[in-house]
Amino acid sequence: MSELIPALSADELAAIDAEIAHAPYRDAVAVDALKIVQRHRGWVSDESLKAIARHLTMSADELEGVATFYNLIYRHPVGEKVILLCNSVSCWIKGCETLRARCREGLGIDYGQTTADKRYTLLPVTCLGACDKAPVLMLGDVLLENVNPAGLMATLGASGEEGT
Amino acid sequence: MNALDRALTHPLTRNVTPERRPFDLAAYEAGGGYGGLHTAIGKLTPAECLQIVKDSNLRGRGGAGFPTGLKWSFVPMEDGGPGHKYLICNADEMEPGTFKDRLLLECDPHQLIEGMILAAYTIGADVAYVFIRAEYLLAERLLREAIRDCYGKGYLGRNILGSGYNLDMHVHSSAGRYICGEETALISSLEGKRANPRAKPPFPQVSGLWGRPTIVNNVETLCNVPHIIERGAQWFNDLGLTEDAGTKMYGVSGRVKNPGCWELPIGTPIREILEGCAGGMEDGYAFRGLLPGGGSTDFLVAEHLDLAMDYGTIGKAGSRMGTGTMIVLDDRTCPVAFVQNLVAFFARESCGFCTPCREGLPWSAQLLAELEAGRGQAGDLDTLAMHVDFIGTPGNTHCALAPGAMEPLASGLKYFREDFQRHIDGRACPYCEREAAA
Ligand SMILES: Cc1cc2nc3c(=O)[nH]c(=O)nc-3n(C[C@H](O)[C@H](O)[C@H](O)COP(=O)(O)O)c2cc1C
Ligand code: SF4
Ligand code: FES
Repeated sequence: MSELIPALSADELAAIDAEIAHAPYRDAVAVDALKIVQRHRGWVSDESLKAIARHLTMSADELEGVATFYNLIYRHPVGEKVILLCNSVSCWIKGCETLRARCREGLGIDYGQTTADKRYTLLPVTCLGACDKAPVLMLGDVLLENVNPAGLMATLGASGEEGT
Repeated sequence: MNALDRALTHPLTRNVTPERRPFDLAAYEAGGGYGGLHTAIGKLTPAECLQIVKDSNLRGRGGAGFPTGLKWSFVPMEDGGPGHKYLICNADEMEPGTFKDRLLLECDPHQLIEGMILAAYTIGADVAYVFIRAEYLLAERLLREAIRDCYGKGYLGRNILGSGYNLDMHVHSSAGRYICGEETALISSLEGKRANPRAKPPFPQVSGLWGRPTIVNNVETLCNVPHIIERGAQWFNDLGLTEDAGTKMYGVSGRVKNPGCWELPIGTPIREILEGCAGGMEDGYAFRGLLPGGGSTDFLVAEHLDLAMDYGTIGKAGSRMGTGTMIVLDDRTCPVAFVQNLVAFFARESCGFCTPCREGLPWSAQLLAELEAGRGQAGDLDTLAMHVDFIGTPGNTHCALAPGAMEPLASGLKYFREDFQRHIDGRACPYCEREAAA
């Protein structure tokens, strides 16, 4: 029981402090700090949350309220890559539900779930501003446009599913 | 069209070539970029710039269409003592069916930065933020590079162009929540809090970010500013085909042949955008209706296709121009399911602050889902109409998310009532049956 709240890494601290440098209050960078730590660790654990709160001199409960408000702050572990599937109206017209079904069949996951091998997490996302290329999704940091359901599993490199 | 002609008629997209990387600072300047900056900073007073923007009749392109010059004029200009004034660019673009700001951000970041510098100069802001949605990673990177280059060139930082004017610019990447686009929620979010909207008054122009005077403008709005300052208010007014001024980024998505986004004179007829630019409906699909400016605008139908896409005309037809990016409903897509998708989206994204929105939107979405599943009941359409009345009446909710959510439902019930009724009478979605049979 040496350390209940593990320290933030030097890289994380440097990035957070760079944000604090141009903010009037430390807790003003709450969202930035959560994003920085998530970028390094993949998600925000209770321990990370407490460490960030302490660094920003705010209560962990208050920071939890902020963290859980935002859809892209993950308070659970996620897979190596998050699939953000746009399910807003233009992508829905163009068949995003078929893509979702493909993920269910091919990866065995629905919204909010992670594959057993921890490679993918599937989440719905708000209109990605690429409606002229619907349906679209983000695979990690990459936007995929005009996604073809038949080729989706090949793109994801999953086994047991052939593109037709 | 040669470059100068294009700059005069298509100011926003004169540099836009999606196939290549956007212009860097040197290329942007070689094409006449930062001309507005050199025209104004140190040569025109902020009051003179404000007058030009007022005279231009530029209206906000973020959805509400508020006159930009008028909005800026509410910022107190007397030396307010210590403390900052802020300019914020709203690059949250999450309105369903809206894909215009991404194009401007990814294809010409310096245009936005120039517009922001000029807007900040006009209102006397010394700090500017770009509030950008998390998923726009390329745009974020390009903006950061462009801002760095502007500091290097002396267009940002201290004593810009020797004028004594100072401006710092930062990029804030959001963490994903539609309500952040509402300007007071955006301010809460930028302060590191939950993005709950705030009561108005006080308006942000007087008391915004950290209680200081703040202007929030949309990406497209700000991108217009350099051209207006450089070429003048009259030129901008002359661009519009109707009473509105300038050009507009119009978009079409849905089952059309050539979905896309185009800069056209404001007031271009809907039909010209839908048929001329977007190529009309895909083969095998017929037009039934469209939302003219994003997911929170009322349906228009065939009888409206010859209307001019401007604020007043679309308003008189019972809808809103909104963001100017249309979503087309075709004859093989179920209008009930279409509306259900939207209402469920708004229910998911409600910030939960006020009861009609937090409770009423999920209720409405659930009723629509039941209808779509063939489990609708006799009184359901009346219940939906009650929600439209209650949630949709401005003033019953703390912000405009909830009334916006009711616009496609209210107008859907009006124009596609038959479809709603058939779901109840037939105990099934007629569109699903047809798809299954096909
Ligand atoms: C729920 C909601 C979401 C909004 N989202 C955006 C948005 O993503 N981008 C935007 O520019 N304006 C958005 N707005 C409008 C802003 O509140 C604000 O009117 C706008 O940014 C002002 O800029 P403008 O005057 O240049 O249009 C939204 C409004 C509401 C009610
Ligand atoms: S209308 Fe909805 S989004 Fe707006 S404040 Fe109320 S609960 Fe929040
Ligand atoms: S609706 Fe999917 S990108 Fe706009």
